[in-house]
Amino acid sequence: MIIGVLSMQGDIREHMNMLHSCGVEGIRVKTKEALEKVNGLIIPGGESTTITRLLDSAGLRSPLIHRANDGMPIWGTCAGMIVVSKSKINDEVYGLGLIDIEVKRNAFGRQVDSFEVDIPLDLIGAPPYRCIFIRAPVITRTGKNVRILGKYNGFAIMAKEDNILVSSFHPELTNDKRVHRYFIDMVKEYLASHGKSDT
Amino acid sequence: MIEKGTWVIKDGFANMFKNGVIMDVTTPEQAQIAEDAGAVAVMALERVPADIRKEGGVARMANPRLIKAIMEAVSIPVMAKVRIGHIAEARILEALGVDFIDESEVLTPADDKYHIDKTKFKIPFVCGARDLGEALRRIGEGAAMIRTKGEAGTGNIVEAVKHMRTIMTQISQLMNLPDDQLMTFAKNIGAPYEIVKIVKEKGRLPVVNFAAGGVATPADAALMMMLGADGVFVGSGIFKSKDPRKMATAIVQAVLHYDDPTILAKVSEDIGEPMKGLDMATIAPEERLQERGW
Repeated sequence: MIIGVLSMQGDIREHMNMLHSCGVEGIRVKTKEALEKVNGLIIPGGESTTITRLLDSAGLRSPLIHRANDGMPIWGTCAGMIVVSKSKINDEVYGLGLIDIEVKRNAFGRQVDSFEVDIPLDLIGAPPYRCIFIRAPVITRTGKNVRILGKYNGFAIMAKEDNILVSSFHPELTNDKRVHRYFIDMVKEYLASHGKSDT
Repeated sequence: MIEKGTWVIKDGFANMFKNGVIMDVTTPEQAQIAEDAGAVAVMALERVPADIRKEGGVARMANPRLIKAIMEAVSIPVMAKVRIGHIAEARILEALGVDFIDESEVLTPADDKYHIDKTKFKIPFVCGARDLGEALRRIGEGAAMIRTKGEAGTGNIVEAVKHMRTIMTQISQLMNLPDDQLMTFAKNIGAPYEIVKIVKEKGRLPVVNFAAGGVATPADAALMMMLGADGVFVGSGIFKSKDPRKMATAIVQAVLHYDDPTILAKVSEDIGEPMKGLDMATIAPEERLQERGW
């Protein structure tokens, strides 16, 4: 199993370290060639405007949409959640529309309002997860096939639709591997259902 | 329990800038150009370093009205500079809701002995450094991000290279030392012992480390990434060039593709004329901004 981290901009190294500590091979994805090698993809935190512009200029938009439609698991954290959403990001730049959600950027305010808090997340079980919100977005609209997996103060902060997972917060900045393990399990299922061996 | 302004939140935020370009801007229009070009943040100030250098006088924190106008113009984070040791300017920026504070040698220092105790703030700080000792002193005071000082406003990359190479060389020396020599190493470079131990364990600075001071072309930005920078600040290099929009876009591309010379060649073609540079030999030692800070 190889999981890619989209490496346009952002906290790429933290996701790579997490994958490594879960015993999974991670590679940095900057090109179409690298994208073809991976069985799952994480889009990290960073600036959503920057990440989207750079992936467009690198010609990765349609290959990414193609892999997603093909069933490959993709997980967007914070900025990554904005990138995979249907929201307008800036001027004429839209998210990839891989998941039927719209998001509000910087929903809790500026950096001075960034925070960390324990939130119970059903899919990973007890104890509650330490969620780190940094100028974080929230989900403002979900399509009918989207499952909301976590809420804070009434806002949806984690969701899933088929093979696409999103979180407003940053599991890669913690030492708690549970959300990464959950995503790794999604990739294992994808490989199994596509008759590929998990090696 | 909800917690704000923790180290995790400060350090985590700095990590979001990695592999990105932070651009100096002096107007809301420039901020918009920077955002459109793919900047990860803008630094709001009244004069870029090249003009501060030329015009002289005391350089201070920017007017809050200008900072607010820039904050309203863009959705990306906004940073602003305070004078070294100027606690009041820093409190004002925190009250304005600026996302990151640069305690900067580019402005005229307010305190000739002490830097700000940055642990007392909810807002994260970035500080300049020329060597490992200076970087670790600033981290000891609570800085969540380090940048090389370089020599701001010159369009000359030589000092930023010197500072980055010095820090990287000192880290590799530290890595090779037995543990019983760490205290003396810490003493010799004037750094907190506990943080020296962390650097040895991690093999790098415990915070994000950007390049700054003299970046004027896409190739300069790529060079700093090759030397191990996590990202790049560009001060005068964009809005003192002939075609800021093109230069900004090209530098963003160069930071992403620093390891691909073919792409670097392509993005370096159509950038207009870079800012005119200054040879270090023409700048008297007492006029060097990098000498400020203790």
